[in-house]
Amino acid sequence: MSYWWLILGMAAITFTLRYSLFAFPHLRFAPVVRQGLHYVPTAVLSAIVVPGMLLPDGEHWALSLDNAYLMAGLVTIAIAAVTRHLLATIGGGLLVFFLLRWMLGQLPL
Amino acid sequence: MSRQQLYSRGVRDSTAMAVGIIPFGLIFGTLAGAAHLSLWQAVGMSLFVYAGSAQFIVISLFGAGASTLVILLTTFIVNLRHVLYSATLQPHVSQLPQRWRVLLAFWLTDETFAVVQRFYLFHGDKPLAHWYWLGVTTSLYLCWVSSSLVGVLFGQAVPDLASWGLEFAMLATFIGIVVPLLRNFPQIAAALVAGAVALATHALPYKLGLMAAAFSGIAIGVVLERQLDKSPREVHS
Repeated sequence: MSYWWLILGMAAITFTLRYSLFAFPHLRFAPVVRQGLHYVPTAVLSAIVVPGMLLPDGEHWALSLDNAYLMAGLVTIAIAAVTRHLLATIGGGLLVFFLLRWMLGQLPL
Repeated sequence: MSRQQLYSRGVRDSTAMAVGIIPFGLIFGTLAGAAHLSLWQAVGMSLFVYAGSAQFIVISLFGAGASTLVILLTTFIVNLRHVLYSATLQPHVSQLPQRWRVLLAFWLTDETFAVVQRFYLFHGDKPLAHWYWLGVTTSLYLCWVSSSLVGVLFGQAVPDLASWGLEFAMLATFIGIVVPLLRNFPQIAAALVAGAVALATHALPYKLGLMAAAFSGIAIGVVLERQLDKSPREVHS
């Protein structure tokens, strides 16, 4: 099954990145690359979060008040900014999200 | 301290992280099941790849029908930050035999990095510190793999789980990681640019827009950081 090759490929890539500097104790990156690495989490995660809120199905814009992904996402950002606590952010965000979807009748209940 | 003492101290120091990992493992397991991975493929991914955010993103790429090349490139980009961890911790492992370096590299996740880096910060280079590191990694790894397994089983027991919108947990997690990073102007600009480019390029095939967005955000961050370094007063005023 091709999924297994994919998993092995991901494993090889991930391990190579983690082992990279452990393998070559004397190798050093250029300053510009080191600087760039600082922005990797911010850039990648923002590139996932923003469309996830505004285009929940990946194709169609959902700029409306009944888009629970957008509304709860904004609340989650506020919680994160105030608490700076990961689990509080996730817990609070999920609570708001499911409350909203329940009130909007979007849950399969 | 002896090897055993350091090992159990590592386990103890990572308890909070280990508990925090469990919900992610559960969510990953349920989403992997919903994306039509088999039980063993889902658990195998946690066992062999062992990279939470990459695993989440790849599961969503499966759903979007992305090509193999895009999935592997995404794994590469998403896990690039581990090079930074590898670079940061490398002085502490350069004296260790290769089998130790291979093992510790395989287990080098965000959470492990956070706990271990903190230990070195406070205690310096103890001769047997890698046993502490081993305690941290084994407890986190066990939690991740076993909660993934439970998640798949849970997903199989609750069939219409996919329509609940559990994937919002991923968004909430990423928001919880990103927002505290936005402490200066270049980081904020990197986030805004990456988000805007991701929106503008969302129609590109195979999620190539994700990579365009990531590189744009990184480039903006570096350019702004360099400008701020050159003329701090001008830019701030």
